[in-house]
Amino acid sequence: MAEPRSLSREEYAASRLQHHFVSLEQQRDASTLAMWVFLVTEILFFGGFFLTYTIYRWQDPIGFAHASQHMDIVLGTINTAVLIISSLTMAMAVHSAATGKRKPLLAYLSATILLGFAFLGIKAVEYTDHIRHHLFPGPGFRFPGPDKPAAEMFFSLYFGMTGLHALHMIVGIGIVGTLLVMAYRGRFTPEYHNPVEVSGLYWHFVDIVWIFLFPLLYLIGRHLK
Amino acid sequence: MSAELTPPLPETPPRTSYLTAGYGVKSWLLTRDHKRIALLYLASITFFFFLGGLFALLIRLELLTPEGDLVQPETYNKLFTMHGIVMVFFFLIPSIPTVLGNFFIPMMIGAKDLAFPRLNLLSWYIYMVGGLFTLWAVVHGGVDTGWTFYAPYSTVSSSTHVLAAAIGIFITGFSSILTGLNFIVTIHTMRAPGMTWFRLPLFVWSHYATSLIFVLGTPVIAVTLLLVALERIFHLGFFDPALGGDPVLFQHLFWFYSHPAVYIMVLPAMGVVSEIVPTFSRKSVFGYRFVAYASVAIAVLGFLVWGHHMFVSGQSVYAGLFFSLLSFFVAIPSAVKVFNWTATMYKASISWRTPMLYAMGFVGLFTIGGLTGLFLASLGVDVHVHDTYFIIAHFHYIMVGGAIMGYLGGIHYWWPKISGKMYPEGLAKFAAFVVFVGFNLTFFPQFILGYLGMPRRYHSYPPEFQVLNVMSTAGASILGFGYLLPLAYLFWSMRYGKDASSNPWGATGLEWRTTSPPPTENFPVTPVVDWEPYEYRPKTEVAAVG
Repeated sequence: MAEPRSLSREEYAASRLQHHFVSLEQQRDASTLAMWVFLVTEILFFGGFFLTYTIYRWQDPIGFAHASQHMDIVLGTINTAVLIISSLTMAMAVHSAATGKRKPLLAYLSATILLGFAFLGIKAVEYTDHIRHHLFPGPGFRFPGPDKPAAEMFFSLYFGMTGLHALHMIVGIGIVGTLLVMAYRGRFTPEYHNPVEVSGLYWHFVDIVWIFLFPLLYLIGRHLK
Repeated sequence: MSAELTPPLPETPPRTSYLTAGYGVKSWLLTRDHKRIALLYLASITFFFFLGGLFALLIRLELLTPEGDLVQPETYNKLFTMHGIVMVFFFLIPSIPTVLGNFFIPMMIGAKDLAFPRLNLLSWYIYMVGGLFTLWAVVHGGVDTGWTFYAPYSTVSSSTHVLAAAIGIFITGFSSILTGLNFIVTIHTMRAPGMTWFRLPLFVWSHYATSLIFVLGTPVIAVTLLLVALERIFHLGFFDPALGGDPVLFQHLFWFYSHPAVYIMVLPAMGVVSEIVPTFSRKSVFGYRFVAYASVAIAVLGFLVWGHHMFVSGQSVYAGLFFSLLSFFVAIPSAVKVFNWTATMYKASISWRTPMLYAMGFVGLFTIGGLTGLFLASLGVDVHVHDTYFIIAHFHYIMVGGAIMGYLGGIHYWWPKISGKMYPEGLAKFAAFVVFVGFNLTFFPQFILGYLGMPRRYHSYPPEFQVLNVMSTAGASILGFGYLLPLAYLFWSMRYGKDASSNPWGATGLEWRTTSPPPTENFPVTPVVDWEPYEYRPKTEVAAVG
């Protein structure tokens, strides 16, 4: 691995060009397009869950609304804010990388990781509460009143969808952590910072999924209170 | 563009080709060369092909007699399940894209490699891990749900290794997704100067369409199997009626991928045929743009017809009407292709080499498979022949008669480029003939059996069906022999075959403008394309300028 400090910025950027590409521009186009295509596959992947949610909620909208009232709206709202702020820090990290500011880049990447962990921590508290209140589907599931079947389906979807989302958060934290190490070693320059950019796309995507999950899971029963 | 920029045909082979660029296990298992990765896939899918074939053989042996005398009914259920799983997910879907697509897409567009070589190698490892899960399930007693994993059978009733097989398919799905992603990005960003979209070989167009299905369809089967796994492990009741779920939802999700998956199998084969037909007709493809657009149209329409698998599953009749109509629409781009290949051959000077025999076989068998698909897309007829051998015959005409004929044609067509050796032509023609006869003898009787009412997935049947079943089993034996022949003589040719020239067929594609076998970087100089696709010229001119 070439030591970046011994090279000029242009030479370093050229050393990042993989042998099968003609130019850095081609390499950047390829990786950006690849991330967009990957995000399309992710939409289809989550799409299966969203379709399942739509069908079962359509079958019993009132039952879903009642089940949704057992969600912790305060924690959910805090988590939404945490994620939106993490998207801001990620966007600032991309900007810092593009303008070649190493220290802000390190700070913003670290903040993004911390916010990601904060989200997962709050989610873990919520999961623990639900399980303690016998809201995990299966033989131990307890729900008062006639809405039990709908509520069990709601919580099946809740755990499935937020679990898949949390898994994506964990992967995202791993990616941003890798970026942090690379940024600490001075691997990114204005000419070569595409890994930060495409990882940013991924992070924002995972946030957007939550922007859909939050109302569908937390807010649909609010009007009944 | 000046002609000097195109690389001249090298007179003598360079000292190293991709095959001699490194020796030893490590140089293969850690390679990032798309050509070597293609050969890794070739070895793996060949293994799974013969494994799946073994199950087929046992199925046909059981059906030789009306009584269920060879295996237990439970074993029979496992045999047809594992035949389907192995053949569909571990042979047919990866077959042409991961071997021929991997090898030739970069070469056809004048690139040094796919856009993401490491991802390409990772795809192979993911495929192998998925394959090992499925093999584990096979060795430890198998799966008996049918390759379709219908719920609640797969989620509640079956006590076999559903989870391991589902995880295997789930994992392998990511290999498909990454391969499709790699192809799309490569075709968008890696084309050589002058290689415009409408100069792309039709093989590349069909792989572009296939890749669209890979990236749009495969995530849905992944999430569906995830839901099945969650239901089996945590009793989250997505599909089990006892837990409040709906089994028909599983069928919707399953076929949303698995119907387009049929086009994953047949589109690449169409791409192969679109290369072989003009080469051996010495003519440009008739209606190039229509064939290219037809590939994309098939990929798009393929996503809108899944409901025709569910005409008798309690789906609304109105939905059924629409799915029926949309299924008929798929026939249009498919017929465009068949007519255009035929028109290409019209008044052409055809040379009857082995690849051309397979391509002709493809056109005929695909037409029969496609037209019987229209019978099945008709609501009334489908109610009569649903879940009979008519269905089995129909989709084997597409998957075996279509996809495997195309695959074998492609392997023969590009074998000189892949191995640098010629296969034995006489023996290969004989094998193509054996495969054609064996195939038709196996599956044509099944159309009749199905029409007469023999249901699929039973290990015994009324005695009056025996004659047709014996014919089918005899055909399967001939077909199996036909498949073993290429395996033997292609291996033989690697050592004893005649050396292949750069362009033994006088074809026009970029892959023929480098040595056989090609060097690791494919082209000594990045080629500049200043000719139209399939620009076939008189032989004397080819000899003069290459």
